[in-house]
Amino acid sequence: MIIKDRVIKYGDNVDTDVIIPARYLNTSSEKELALHCFEDLDGEFIDKVKTRKIIVGGENFGCGSSREHAPLSIKASGVKAVIARSFARIFYRNAINIGLPVMISSEAADINDNDELEIDLDKGKIRDMTTGKVFSAPPLPDFIQKIITSGGYVNFIRRKLLSKR
Amino acid sequence: MNEIKRPQTTAQKILAAHSGKEYVDKGEIIDASVDITLGNDITMPLAIKEFKKMGARKVFDRKKVVMVPDHFTPNKDIKSAEQCKIMRYFAREHNIVNYFEVGQMGIEHALLPEKGIVLPGHLVVGADSHTCTYGALGAASTGIGSTDLAVAMATGKLWFMVPGTIKFILTGVPGEWITGKDIILYIIGMIGVAGALYKSMEFTGPAANLLSMDSRFTISNMAIEAGGKFGIFEVDDKTIEYVRSRSKKEYIIYKSDDDAEYENIIQIDCSKIELQVAFPHLPSNTRNASDSQDVKIDQVVIGSCTNGRMEDLRMAAEILKGRKVARGIRTIIIPATQKIYLDALREGLIEIFIESGCVVSTPTCGPCLGGHMGVLAEGERAVSTTNRNFVGRMGHPKSEVYLSGPAVAAASAVTGTITTPEEVL
Repeated sequence: MIIKDRVIKYGDNVDTDVIIPARYLNTSSEKELALHCFEDLDGEFIDKVKTRKIIVGGENFGCGSSREHAPLSIKASGVKAVIARSFARIFYRNAINIGLPVMISSEAADINDNDELEIDLDKGKIRDMTTGKVFSAPPLPDFIQKIITSGGYVNFIRRKLLSKR
Repeated sequence: MNEIKRPQTTAQKILAAHSGKEYVDKGEIIDASVDITLGNDITMPLAIKEFKKMGARKVFDRKKVVMVPDHFTPNKDIKSAEQCKIMRYFAREHNIVNYFEVGQMGIEHALLPEKGIVLPGHLVVGADSHTCTYGALGAASTGIGSTDLAVAMATGKLWFMVPGTIKFILTGVPGEWITGKDIILYIIGMIGVAGALYKSMEFTGPAANLLSMDSRFTISNMAIEAGGKFGIFEVDDKTIEYVRSRSKKEYIIYKSDDDAEYENIIQIDCSKIELQVAFPHLPSNTRNASDSQDVKIDQVVIGSCTNGRMEDLRMAAEILKGRKVARGIRTIIIPATQKIYLDALREGLIEIFIESGCVVSTPTCGPCLGGHMGVLAEGERAVSTTNRNFVGRMGHPKSEVYLSGPAVAAASAVTGTITTPEEVL
């Protein structure tokens, strides 16, 4: 899959409390959650995401709580992919499970806010159209690729359960 | 066939045993059977939605699927009441044995060990990041999201990547007032909030054996604050005594081989650790409490899955006994479970708290995540025994949380600024 879009850039240790504050966790509605995405980190996110749909973070993106509401709110707000130098473990699993594309790139720091990127998810290639730089991301393990090609963990398991019946 | 037994860490051994293997390698992806799954009123409704979407009809074992409504309970508003209702009805429909209603419930990570649900050697997954708490019992236990929880509830299995391990050898005798909280804050301050990312943290050494079970729970609880996957203590006599009084079930004790491979081995001399405070807005932003003077506060919270146990309440009561909370400071004490609440009541601790001007709450995660029962206004500061001090964690995005153990929190309640116990006693 190829994703072409512009970047909203954040720093290190973006935690799930700023991605979606707990005061909004009294719902599981993705649409409602999306209205408050990044509210405590960047009050202009909702406007920015209308024209820029790739998030670039630093180290330990998504640290903190296990709330799946965090990647759900990001996905429902229209974001097409998140690139970071590293991801917190639970956020990374959650993003893969719900089908939000995530890429680990040690060179993510070189990507600037507002740059236009072309991402090839299958090949693990990131091309920065603004600066002309090309970055690579390590390929995902086969098992995780299977989850992604199934369209998320739920679909993957659904097929397994159905085949048993 | 390789006849030589390859050395493994506790984390490797537990994961191997749960995936039907003799040995698992670091980085290997395995499909493992879990002993316990856990969900709460925030993560469970989403997991139930996914559970239904995947076409699951039954939970894999109604005795092993645990549900605790503890975050926004007793319900703070209509929406959270609706979320709890989804979980309650699901629990009824599936005849869930370990669903704990308000009145029986406590903060999940204090409750499950107390009820003897988690045992040494278990593999536990919970849709709450602080599920790593049960590492104090010698279990491999970690936080997951709602979709993973749905899969684990439906199949009893989940995929894991076998983590590398960092060993922390705790030595020395901790000083007066020093508890597990100071040790883990010190460690996080040293290695950073991503210092153990994807890793198992293993706590061992003579000082580990000196620590109470309550302090061990606190340390394991905050492994996630360093990015850790597990936070595992070696099982000793204290662990066995704790477990024996709570469960008659059999369990297996796993212990790292002496020649197991570690990514790093870090020695911590606990006798040198002073009372710690983590300043906003990261748990790694630690200082000695003695260097944290002149920070004026508005609120103190003593409770949570990190520090709402008897050791914490006793320590707070020792400082608050015969003293008054400073004028204008709100001090909220939250025993983590009904049993802890009752034990504290019988010991006279609750009386001490109320006479000193604290408010005592029924068990809830409440203020820790800015849910209810002590949300901060703009510009307000709290000293809190909870686990996170991220932006907006306890309320307004321009409020501040200073993390500490119970001694500093109680002393600060008396003075209204960040204070060590020596200054008020």
